[in-house]
Amino acid sequence: MRIDTSAIGSALPLPTSNSLSSHLKGARFKDFLFGKFILFNAILAVSTIFLIGLYIGKEALPVFYDDEIRKEASLDNLFAPQNYGTEEMPLPFIWQPVGEVPKYSVFPLFLGTLKVTIIALLFGAPLAIGAAIYTAEFAKHWVREIVKPVVELLAGIPSVVLGFLALVVLASWIQDLFGFDYRLNAVTAGIAMALAIIPIIYTVSEDALTAVPRTYREASLALGVAPWKMAISVVLPAATPGIFAALVLGFGRAMGETMVVLMASGNAAVTSLKLTDSVRTIAATIAAELGEVVFRSPHYHVLFFLGAMLFSLTFLLNMLGEYFVARLKRKLMGH
Amino acid sequence: MATSPGMPSRGKWANALIDNEMRRSRDVSGKIFRFLTGAACLVIVSMVALIIGNIFINGRHHLSWRFLTAAPEDGMTGGGIFPAIYGTVLLVILMTLAVVPVGVMVAIYLQEYSSHSSRLYKATRLAVSNLAGVPSIVFGLFGLGFFVKFLGGSIDRLFYGGNLVFGQPAILWAAMTLAVLTLPVVILTTEDTLRSIPNELREASMALGATKFQTIRHIVLPQAVSGILTGGILAVSRGAGEVAPILFTGAAYFLPELPTKLTSQFMELGYHVLVLSTQSPDVEATKPILYSTVFVLLALTFLLNFVAIIIRSQMRARLRTRG
Repeated sequence: MRIDTSAIGSALPLPTSNSLSSHLKGARFKDFLFGKFILFNAILAVSTIFLIGLYIGKEALPVFYDDEIRKEASLDNLFAPQNYGTEEMPLPFIWQPVGEVPKYSVFPLFLGTLKVTIIALLFGAPLAIGAAIYTAEFAKHWVREIVKPVVELLAGIPSVVLGFLALVVLASWIQDLFGFDYRLNAVTAGIAMALAIIPIIYTVSEDALTAVPRTYREASLALGVAPWKMAISVVLPAATPGIFAALVLGFGRAMGETMVVLMASGNAAVTSLKLTDSVRTIAATIAAELGEVVFRSPHYHVLFFLGAMLFSLTFLLNMLGEYFVARLKRKLMGH
Repeated sequence: MATSPGMPSRGKWANALIDNEMRRSRDVSGKIFRFLTGAACLVIVSMVALIIGNIFINGRHHLSWRFLTAAPEDGMTGGGIFPAIYGTVLLVILMTLAVVPVGVMVAIYLQEYSSHSSRLYKATRLAVSNLAGVPSIVFGLFGLGFFVKFLGGSIDRLFYGGNLVFGQPAILWAAMTLAVLTLPVVILTTEDTLRSIPNELREASMALGATKFQTIRHIVLPQAVSGILTGGILAVSRGAGEVAPILFTGAAYFLPELPTKLTSQFMELGYHVLVLSTQSPDVEATKPILYSTVFVLLALTFLLNFVAIIIRSQMRARLRTRG
């Protein structure tokens, strides 16, 4: 540790006798100002999250009270089944905001988001958690030194690049392999999105696994338990809240991920449970439509309403993740 | 493997055999478990290799000096991507100017000033961790609603008599939106560094009569430079790759001129990739350009990440040697 002694000297310049008190006063005043400035910045950081909620909420609220807006887009139009189809073919949920009768059912968007998110988790979570177990429990030092930076690299790949690859490369591969009806569908987008959420699931799980105290491991090894058995029956249960946190945070990340789904999901707001149909998610809808919308039109407010829902949902998921992490800490530290 | 009194005695050899059998079966499932988790690692590493390999192989053909320095031509099927590179660089510079000072100050608050039981400390912690989880498209909405419409609109009403100057998408607002998005990155990285600086240094400085401000300015911050640098680099790398927040706050598909003012719109690499790959009239003709643009974007973010990883691993090594 190199200590810069000259800096210490300049921090307290040797005062000449008569300037001593004024010098000290100046230093104290600067100290006071700096303290206030620091406090101001902390408050600024806290206020950003409030401002985000406030300014998105502000543009979303007219859906609740403005009669002009509610003529087209009331909560009823948004959530309740409507009669858009005919007797033979009822179409209760349609998202079609541009047209003679704008249709704003958010159900297909929620369903689409859920479909892609679940596929991403099904594909990404086992990989990420498995890799985390391997690096935390079995891997030799050099393997760890490869896997961890590679996951960091993956986290550094911009999602627009993942979207591009899903659109240009992955979609063609999947099409050739399985021949789904639509080239761009929930499966393609979900697999590409798995790549976007693997880093966060891996990092949080790995943190949880390595946080399990060494005494747990030593005790079970001393009892003659094989290392893999120890990983399953001692380390994993101890780290469970952390793994939960990883899944919850991964879920939140997937829900809000925009570019991958915008480019690779096909963007058709279809109400179907089939995973190989094209889907349109909430985030992709905002990204695709807000650019062309008339300022303060019903459509504009509905898109902000969707944004507000996305914000609240991810906020709740984050809090849940935080809660699990806190529980892990309590559990492992024993208080 | 002790025989219980009720069981018929099996003799020493039989017991040893059973024991052996069990151990072997245990080893098999152990091997399978190890193999599966190891395979997960391998799959992740090879997927990353595949991504990078694919982009490197397909992206390098079209890469040339001209590609990096010329403007797009022939409806995006020819020319280069200079305006997009220029816009991206300008954008992240503006963003860094905004985010690094605030982020460092907040980290100083969290590590040096706050008492950990105070309300503001808890609120700041909560805000930082939640900010990191807000979807990027929500930042886009926020940027449009707050920066463009509210701040920009207010400035126009106050100083420009209601003419549209600041109240429209602009590089300034896009940079501010990205600054909010990358704030947690800077805060968390700086905090890590501040935590790694031994308390003895602060105590020695305070004991010599230095004020807290003098201690932070002359003792703490000089030690934290590399960490702050890492935070800044990571923020830039994150900001350079985000597209959703700038969709409505200033990015443009094609501009004949480079942005010259804070209120200009701009072209950006990530946005360029999005537009080329989803709205191109001739997919096959734009593909080489598209690949090379992705190559440049990826090279930029990787280079930044790489530098950050190296600085950080050195920092951690320093921390370890100290015990």
